[in-house]
Amino acid sequence: MNMNRGSDRPSSGERSERGPGGRGGGRRRRACRLCQEKIDYVDYKDVRMLQAFVPERGKITPRRISGTCAIHQRKLAEAIRRARNIALIPYTTH
Amino acid sequence: MRSYEVMFISAPNVGEDDLRKLTTQLETVVSDLGGKVVKTDNLGRRKLAYPISKFDEGIYSLLNVEGTGKEIAEVERRLRVSDIVLRHLTVRTDEDLRRAAKIKARRRAAPSRQLRPVDNDAERETKTEAVSEGENE
Repeated sequence: MNMNRGSDRPSSGERSERGPGGRGGGRRRRACRLCQEKIDYVDYKDVRMLQAFVPERGKITPRRISGTCAIHQRKLAEAIRRARNIALIPYTTH
Repeated sequence: MRSYEVMFISAPNVGEDDLRKLTTQLETVVSDLGGKVVKTDNLGRRKLAYPISKFDEGIYSLLNVEGTGKEIAEVERRLRVSDIVLRHLTVRTDEDLRRAAKIKARRRAAPSRQLRPVDNDAERETKTEAVSEGENE
């Protein structure tokens, strides 16, 4: 029975579930900060809030670091891009 | 009806009169084309995050408009043509604000829902871990 299980595995596409870097066990899952603070509309004018997700270099913090949920990350990214365009936030710092 | 938010930056060396003239001009454009100016706001001088046409500073103004979209086209055209405006940004806000209000209403209706998705996530994680362990054998 054990062997049977082993032979079935590769064809069932389980392999793709593992990420390229192996498993990330042991790391703590961070909750989305925007969900916790119940922010429904991410405003590009709220520079101080956006700056929390834009480190010194000016890049947008990726989801895997900040723990933001997909929905909020999408809204955040949009707001940050808008804020950059209107010179509230830098594109880069040198 | 759609609602828009127009933000524009004018050069720091522009006099208050010129700026006021521009904003009133924009307001009349909007109302002439059947839109409604909900709010005009002068956000004042602010340091730019990066220089725009050699200016390190700019005067920010905000315009909240309701309308069909025709007014916005004209407002944007005028902003582009005007030489005191360094940059402008128009954002359509009605859809996003409506969505936000909906989420807020739903949250008020069922506040306990907040906790459940987190539990589900934790469960799924342990499951996939068990699977990958089986594969390693």
